[in-house]
Amino acid sequence: MKHHTKLALPLPLASRRRFVQGLAAGGVLAGLSPFAQATGMPPNRLNTGTAQILKGTEFYLEIGESPVNFTGKPRIATTINGSLPAPTLRWREGETVTIRVKNSLRETTSIHWHGIILPFEMDGVPGISFTGIAPGETFVYRFKLRQSGTYWYHSHSGMQEAKGVYGAIIIDPAEADSIRADREHVVLLSDWTDEDPMRVLAKLKMQGDYYNYNRPTAVDFFQDASRMGLKAALDKRGMWNEMRMSPADLADLSADALTYLMNGATPSGNWTGLFRPGERVRLRLINGAAHTFYDVRIPGLGLTIVQADGVNVEPVTVDEFRFGPGETYDVLVEPKDEAYTIYAQAMDRTGYARGTLAARAGLEAPVPALDAPEWLAMADMMGATGAGEAGPAGGHHGGTGGTGHGGTHGMDHGAMAGKGAGRQARHAKTEYGASTDMRVDMPRDNLDDPGVGLRKNGRRVLTLSQLHTIGGAMDPRGAEREIELHLTGNMERYAWSFDGVEYGKSTPVHFRYGERLRVILHNDTMMTHPMHLHGMWSELETPEGRFQARRHTIPVQPAQRISFLVTADALGRWAWHCHLMLHMDMGMFREVVVA
Amino acid sequence: MTINLILSIPYMNHHLKKVLLASFVAMLGGMPALALAQGHAGHTDHSGHPDHSPHAGHAPEKEGHVKHDARDPDAYSGSYVRNAGQFSLPPYDALLMSDTHNFGSIEFDRFEYVRAQGKEWGAYEGEAWYGNTYDRIVLKAEGEAAGGKLEHAETQLLWRHAAFAFWDTELGVRFDHDEGAPNREWLAFGIKGLAPYWFEVDATAYVGPSGRTALGLSVEYDILLTQKLYLRPEVEVNLYGKNDERRGIGSGLADVTTGLRLKYEITRQFVPYLGVEWSGKFGKTADYAQAANESRRQTRFVAGLSFRF
Repeated sequence: MKHHTKLALPLPLASRRRFVQGLAAGGVLAGLSPFAQATGMPPNRLNTGTAQILKGTEFYLEIGESPVNFTGKPRIATTINGSLPAPTLRWREGETVTIRVKNSLRETTSIHWHGIILPFEMDGVPGISFTGIAPGETFVYRFKLRQSGTYWYHSHSGMQEAKGVYGAIIIDPAEADSIRADREHVVLLSDWTDEDPMRVLAKLKMQGDYYNYNRPTAVDFFQDASRMGLKAALDKRGMWNEMRMSPADLADLSADALTYLMNGATPSGNWTGLFRPGERVRLRLINGAAHTFYDVRIPGLGLTIVQADGVNVEPVTVDEFRFGPGETYDVLVEPKDEAYTIYAQAMDRTGYARGTLAARAGLEAPVPALDAPEWLAMADMMGATGAGEAGPAGGHHGGTGGTGHGGTHGMDHGAMAGKGAGRQARHAKTEYGASTDMRVDMPRDNLDDPGVGLRKNGRRVLTLSQLHTIGGAMDPRGAEREIELHLTGNMERYAWSFDGVEYGKSTPVHFRYGERLRVILHNDTMMTHPMHLHGMWSELETPEGRFQARRHTIPVQPAQRISFLVTADALGRWAWHCHLMLHMDMGMFREVVVA
Repeated sequence: MTINLILSIPYMNHHLKKVLLASFVAMLGGMPALALAQGHAGHTDHSGHPDHSPHAGHAPEKEGHVKHDARDPDAYSGSYVRNAGQFSLPPYDALLMSDTHNFGSIEFDRFEYVRAQGKEWGAYEGEAWYGNTYDRIVLKAEGEAAGGKLEHAETQLLWRHAAFAFWDTELGVRFDHDEGAPNREWLAFGIKGLAPYWFEVDATAYVGPSGRTALGLSVEYDILLTQKLYLRPEVEVNLYGKNDERRGIGSGLADVTTGLRLKYEITRQFVPYLGVEWSGKFGKTADYAQAANESRRQTRFVAGLSFRF
């Protein structure tokens, strides 16, 4: 029933980077894992790096605990089949798969098949699609595959995803794959914290910027004042301070809490994917992090984006792209030299995940320095109205790395933001209370904006406006109805919600069965939220209503208004949430009823 | 900030309103000087700041000022509810997330050794809280001990409610203990929160038996020198409505304490510091102090630890 193969061509055993050294080793200590012992895996081996591949139509997954060590501190991870990441599941479009998931934990668990179109009872969200998998029990998932591409799966229970319950899914097309490559690798990015994720959340409840060590300081101020003059330095901070917002609020969790992983390997673990020079290599990049937006690039190689969220797009070649938890991108690269670094900086620039594409095991390429963290621009807080004021805000922290663009960031962006001007948002009544610390009245549309930290960095950076799904929209109908929801939060209180209402106090959003509707997500916060609607595709459109791309997870930037069309063809109850795990858990989550 | 203050006024007794406003305005007058020292600079004069004058595009926290055309957040529900009706699971299987969970913390802001005019003692100030995002039960404690004896203690048990985006209300009781003097009990009502430009503000009014009233105000501000080293200036003012001679308290402005502490975050949880405090007693309170052969003005050196769990 199970086929154990490697995704890449077989490597010499000694060079396999999954048996990594020392701390670089970081990963599941297989010899100590009860599962590994039960299945007769060789003891004392570190099982990290490229996950095992399971193929076929019948699968057995066991969720349990495994000892891990990523940082020098032994910890217990929650894993599937004793592996972190979990085994890669390779399926074929048109087939029906059966997955038996056994719970060997002492708490309820679940598996959600992220981006897969299936009956709602199979969607794996405890409390919505099913009752969860109780300790000791086995749940049988069975569904027919109606799509192809790169996806992933993860626990939807508590903090299990942050503790290791995630893996890749590859669904081969029923017909020949239109994306031609000589070789392929899954590159699953994630993050790990040695702390108990609930403890991390408790600390954020004490102090919203608990893990932020890039806050504006008096020293920064005096440096700015001497460089740009006192008035400019005051202006740069004025509105932020008046509003009690921090321009440095780029991420809730930083490298202070997180270790960034590529295929389960730490940066020093250096996951390595092999190729032969001249080959065309397909990388299936998955952001399976609990809380990290990654900016990915491979210095020396153009990245030809051919698929987003499992759906093929018109190829577009860039140097870099940003993706948030839940999103996937497939890229083609044509490496000619011996070694290249796959470099994925966290959006807040406190750390990175890193691996190597190499012609031979053991090779390394230079690892770039982290970019300097850039402050949010005025337009990130104020939307279209912030356009004219974006200039001063972009300055100080941007433009490093020798590109010399410094003070122009915000300006440029301001021009982009200007397009959204004139569209007045309608806030919900519930956005005027303690749950919501900011409201943007005039959002921006900036689909052509790569986002803070990537503007004018001298590299070609992917934007949503460059994504065009091949074949167009799945449903030619226009929207019959429109709903507008706002993404809201309070950073000081560490509270997150839709329309100022947390999940626990919310009512569901009703989609009429069979209708085509327009969803507008308007971001009233200062953070980018990867919004994931279960069960149905989100067909992103331009501000003018032209179809852009079919996604399952759409990142919505601060002060941005995103609109997408949904065909409500999936009866049942579904989850809809921000895929930043702690935002989801604090209430940026809604139930959708299709009926 | 003024808006927030005014919002809380209807809840206070009439006598305190004037005192509160007068003293608050006076305190704020002193703050811009601090603000200018920081990156969080306080340019309150918007006229010299034309770029920012069209505030239309964003909504500075208008503290509960709902727009007339605001949407109904349940308008999209089609009358569906969670955990009941078509396709739903039974309520006991309901999905619960952390927005409905309770969190808790113990935070000691000051746990310090104090030395002034040849005397030395220990002082503490901290709180423990438990609850969700919007409603918490809070135990606040503040006091001084010397020679193994608790000389002065103020302990409050409060319900803290998140009333506005940046402001909490607090309602509860306060118990005062003074060595060699009668204990006092109070009802407490206060507001606590973050004012624009990042000032932490706490203003609480107290009402006790026999018509006793009191008002405590404090403002503090963090000036980050580096990511881990910061200066914290703070001001605390206490006013009383009535003489309480046995406790050495006179009506009106009783005391003002200003402090400046240099704090270093070893971690976010453990923060040792050194500092200096200046404290003055005024009016009748100063007279009582003089009569008891205590100083009216005092400069103190402090060394301590802030910690939290």
